[in-house]
Amino acid sequence: MSDRGPEVLPLGHDGLVVRFALHLSEAANDAVLGFAEAARVANVPGLLEVVPALASVYLRYDPARGEAFGKDVSDLLETDDWYSRGRPPAKRCWEIPCSFEAADAPELGAVARATSQTPDAAIAEVLATEVRVLAIGFAPGQPYLGLLPPAWDQPRRRELTEVPAGALVTALRQLVLFANPSPTGWKQIGRTAFRPFQGDRDDPVALRTGDAVRFIRVDGATLAGIEERDHSGLGGAKLVERS
Amino acid sequence: MTLYLDTVGPQVSVQDGGRPGCMALGISRGGTADRQALIEAAALLGLRELPAAVEMAGLGGAFRTDTPCRIALTGASMTATIDDTPAAWNATHLLLPGQSLRIGGARAGVYGYLTPAGGIETPKILGSRSAHPGLGDRLVAGDILPVGADGGLRQPSRTLTTDGRFGGGEVRVLPGPQTALFPPEIRRAILGATFVVGPRTNRQATELRAGARPWSEHRIEVVSDVIIPGDIQITGDGTPFVLLAECQTIGGYPRIGTVHPSDLPRIAQAPVGSQIRFVEVEHGSVKVPDDATAIAAALRGVRALVRDPAEIGDLLSYQLVGGVTAGDELDD
Repeated sequence: MSDRGPEVLPLGHDGLVVRFALHLSEAANDAVLGFAEAARVANVPGLLEVVPALASVYLRYDPARGEAFGKDVSDLLETDDWYSRGRPPAKRCWEIPCSFEAADAPELGAVARATSQTPDAAIAEVLATEVRVLAIGFAPGQPYLGLLPPAWDQPRRRELTEVPAGALVTALRQLVLFANPSPTGWKQIGRTAFRPFQGDRDDPVALRTGDAVRFIRVDGATLAGIEERDHSGLGGAKLVERS
Repeated sequence: MTLYLDTVGPQVSVQDGGRPGCMALGISRGGTADRQALIEAAALLGLRELPAAVEMAGLGGAFRTDTPCRIALTGASMTATIDDTPAAWNATHLLLPGQSLRIGGARAGVYGYLTPAGGIETPKILGSRSAHPGLGDRLVAGDILPVGADGGLRQPSRTLTTDGRFGGGEVRVLPGPQTALFPPEIRRAILGATFVVGPRTNRQATELRAGARPWSEHRIEVVSDVIIPGDIQITGDGTPFVLLAECQTIGGYPRIGTVHPSDLPRIAQAPVGSQIRFVEVEHGSVKVPDDATAIAAALRGVRALVRDPAEIGDLLSYQLVGGVTAGDELDD
């Protein structure tokens, strides 16, 4: 891997980016999750906000601390080899019902061909993979999930298509669960009744970076039943706490 | 107390200082597109903290109140009248029950602000009243806004002089995490160009167009990363977009730098067709004041509002020439 890192770089007048890689890898994302947690726990003086992205961590701070903040962050960075710590274990796991029926998975066939397997085998691979919330962003609460096996390293499409809220889409070894109807270059392979963000919920944002997610296959009628009964926006998902 | 919105333009919403601290949930700070206009409203009304305001993009609306209250009009200068008497912009006014405040189109700039002195008392979501995608809607005709009591009704009307940030111009750019990924000649070409604000401009970002984009074939592939307001994204065909308050939190386009936060209001207020140029500055070269310091600085420019007879549209009603003519000879 030719990526360099970690680097501590300014972003705006009150932020630093700790960049572990220029391109996504499991080691870089492991480093992100580990360092973001360490930064929260260490509570460096002046720290206002910790935002894990796919391969970097953004730290917003009180600019009155000036360069001393950057020094503290560099010191914390040197306390460990963040790339080789492995993935911190998930504290909780979401099991989210998902329909893969034709109407809910318009690009499943194309994705299966691109990953050299049958649609059923592609579905089985998604169901068998416990993905993690790599980052939350783009829209309120919307997760980037990953990583899928290497064959799923497929590009986004250049032209955009409209996907519904709850759409499960894939590209770049990742899954995204769309919070709102949206045009996207990602390819829809399933649909859930899960709403990552719902303003009137006690906790409007359901997922947190680092959470584990598994998809549970249901048929279209079952999903329709969940949509009819469930108004929490959690789409019949089960949350399993892990100690 | 209630503010009635009898008519409103198509892009009118409640905005305040936004919701810092929610980026890990995918929610950017948001808030007013022009933060300086909120600081000026606070200074005019004698407030110590940033208030909530009605933000109006391009076009205002017609407003009434059920209780006397002071209002501040700041940001992009818009035509305004209270019961057909022109009301000065960048000033406070007393609005009485039964009067109609009419705010028309912007004369310069993009975003105008109507700020009631007692505050807008809509419920806060995640610490803020700002409308944001997924968190509150635009205002529509017929909406009513709960407003707090104004403890300063006896205060005389005030005005202030602004910095003239409403027609584009020069903005400072800080280097960002990806600046060094651009080859020096590409960086010089982009940051040295003169841009014109394009039509794909909204609360999320300002589009910057250039006659020629000699850098447009250059590709920088990086993983999606955290983005903040002020970041200058270079999109696929080489068109820069400067991110504004309502930007997303993670983005995949490479970013050449970040507009200095004190100059971001100039970008937000630059109308389509106005020119923007960049000036590179180093980190630490210019301090960014916190809100209290910025309000105190704006307060130094506040003075009593003296009505200029040239701005008074209904001079005849003042009886300045009473007894000489009936005042309506020219009307027929």
